[in-house]
Amino acid sequence: MSDAASPSAPVGLWGQFVASPKAMVSAAIALFLILSAAFAPWIAPHDPFALGTFNLMDSELPPVWAEGGDPRFLLGTDTQGRDVLSAILYGMRVSLIVGFAAVAISAGIGTLLGLLAGFRGGWLDAVLMRFADVILSFPTILIALLVSGIARGVLPDTRQGAYAIYVLILAIAINEWTQYARTVRGQTMVEASLDYVKAARISGLANGRILARHILPNILSPVIVIATINLGLAVLAEATLSFLGVGMPVTQPSLGTLIRIGNENLFSGVWWVVVFPAVTLVMLVLSVNLFGDWLRDALNPRLG
Amino acid sequence: MLAFLIRRLGQAFLVVLAVGLLSFLMFRFVGDPVVSMSREDATVAEREELREALGLNDPVPVQFVTFVGRALQGDFGISYRNQRPVADLIAERLPATLELVFAATVLALMIGIPLGVITALKPRGALSNIVQGVSLVGVSTPTFVTGIMLILIFAVTLRWLPSFGRGETVDLGWWSTGLLTASGWRAIFLPALTLALFQMTLIMRLVRAEMIEILQSDYIRFARARGLPERSINYRLALKNALMPVLTITGMQIGGLIAFAIVTESVFQWPGMGLLFIQAVQFVDVPVMAAYLMFVGLVFVALNALVDVTYALVDPRLRVRG
Repeated sequence: MSDAASPSAPVGLWGQFVASPKAMVSAAIALFLILSAAFAPWIAPHDPFALGTFNLMDSELPPVWAEGGDPRFLLGTDTQGRDVLSAILYGMRVSLIVGFAAVAISAGIGTLLGLLAGFRGGWLDAVLMRFADVILSFPTILIALLVSGIARGVLPDTRQGAYAIYVLILAIAINEWTQYARTVRGQTMVEASLDYVKAARISGLANGRILARHILPNILSPVIVIATINLGLAVLAEATLSFLGVGMPVTQPSLGTLIRIGNENLFSGVWWVVVFPAVTLVMLVLSVNLFGDWLRDALNPRLG
Repeated sequence: MLAFLIRRLGQAFLVVLAVGLLSFLMFRFVGDPVVSMSREDATVAEREELREALGLNDPVPVQFVTFVGRALQGDFGISYRNQRPVADLIAERLPATLELVFAATVLALMIGIPLGVITALKPRGALSNIVQGVSLVGVSTPTFVTGIMLILIFAVTLRWLPSFGRGETVDLGWWSTGLLTASGWRAIFLPALTLALFQMTLIMRLVRAEMIEILQSDYIRFARARGLPERSINYRLALKNALMPVLTITGMQIGGLIAFAIVTESVFQWPGMGLLFIQAVQFVDVPVMAAYLMFVGLVFVALNALVDVTYALVDPRLRVRG
C-alpha cells in the first residue's frame, strides 16, 4: 500500500496501479466486458438461441438511434431477427471461455515443462527446447489451422460441432506453451544455482518439493505477465479461426463467428451486424493488451 | 566457417525432414485416402486395387521414402476436392500470393519508413502522438477486422475499389499477373494495404528505435559539431545506417507474410495459395494441406538459414554456436 510512502513514488503493485490512469481505465474496461460476458444469460435482453422467439418481421432492424430502429433491439437485429446485443454478449462469453482455457492449459503445461527442463537439463531440456524452437519458427495461425484440419479429418463428422471448442483450445494452446516453457526454464536455471535451493537440497528435500514450494513461487511473476498478454492473443486467434470458418460453428457463435456471419451480408448495407461484434472484439483485446503492458512494466520480470 | 555452414545446413535439413514426416503422417493417417479418392459406389475389390496401386500396403517406412521421393519430383498427389494434381493447383495460385506479398511489402516500407523517421525526429510532436495511438489500436485489431472495415468504407460505401478477386490478369505463360491491367491494380490495393498494416507497425517501430539510437551515437555528434546541415545528418547519415537491419528483418518476415496472407486472401477472396489452403482445411483435402505445409516449411527454413549464414559471414562471433 502506498499511503505511508511518499506520494510521488508509489509503492507496491496496488500503489502503482492506482497511480496509473492507463492501468485503471484498461482494467475497468476489460473487467466490464468480462463480467458482462460472464453474466450474459442474466443481462442479455433476448435469448439468441431460442429460434422460436425470432420474428422475421424484426429482421435487419438498424440500431435504435438510426432511422427505423426499434427500442427493443438496442444494436439492431441480424437477417434472422436475432438481437445483435444479445448475440454479442453470448459470443463474447464463448470467446473468453476459449481464451481463458487456452491460457490456463498452455500456462500449466508450459510452466511444468519449463521447470523440468530447467531443473533436470540434459536430453529432456534439449528435446523440449528444440521442439519449442520449431513451433516458434512457424506462425501461430498456420499451426492452429493445421491442428484444426487434422481434427476435422480424425473426428467423426457428426460430433465436430460439439468438439469444436476443444479443438480450438488445443490449437491455440499448442502455440502458446512455448513462451512459458522458455521463460520458466531460464528462470529455473538461475534460481537452481542460488544458495537457498542448495540449502534445500542439502537438508534433503525431494526435488518435486523444491520445485513446487521453493522455485515456483519465485518465478511466478513472468508467468502472470505472459498469461495476461496471451489472453489477448488467444482471443484474437480464436476470432481469426472462427472467422475463417474453422472455429466455432454458427450454432454456438463466438465473436469471430458473428463477424463471419455479418461479413456475408455486408453488401446489403447491414453494417451493424458486423461492426458491433468487431468493435467489441477490438475493445476487449485492446484493454487486455494495455493492462498486460502495464503489468509487464510494473512487475518488470526478466522475460526470456 | 565451413563447419558452421555444414552444421547450419544439417539443422535446416532436419527441420525440412521433420516437416516432411508430419506432412506424410497427415497424408497417410488423417482420414482414409482410399475412401476419399474412390467413388461412393466402389466395390471392395476396386478399393483394394486402389490401395495396392497407391502403395498403401507397403511397410510405413517404405511409404515415407516413396512420399519424399515423389515430393522431390514435385508430385504431391491428387487433390480430393478438385481431382487435379496438387502441384498444378499450387503453381496456379502461387503468382497471386507472391504478387500480394510483394505489393504489401513495398507498401509497408513506403509508409512505415517515413512514419518511423518522423516519430524519431519529433518524438513529442502531434503527428507522433497520433501515429503511436493509431498503431496501438492497430496491434489489437485482427487482420480480418481491418479488411472488413476497409471493404465497408472503400467498396460498399464509397464504391471506389473492388472488394474481391484479382481483376483482369495477363497470362505470361508460366505466370499470370494482375499488375499489367488497371483493374488488377485497383483490385490489389485493399488486400495489399490490409496485409501491409501487419508489417507497417513493425517497420515503423524498428526505424524509430534504430534512428533514435544512431542519432545519439558519436559520429552523429561529431557531424553536428562539424556543422553539417541537419537535413544531411538526419537523412544521409542516420537514416542510411538505420535501414540495414530494417531491410533484413523485412526480408525475414516474408515467410510469415505468406502464411499470414491466408486471412487476407480469405477476406478479399483473393485466389492465392492461402485461399486454397483454407478451403483444403474446411474440406479435409489432405494432399493440398500436406503440400502447402511442405511449401511454407521450405520457405521458412530457407529464409532462416539464409539470414543466419549471412549474419555469420558478417559477424564471426556468431559462428561459434550453431
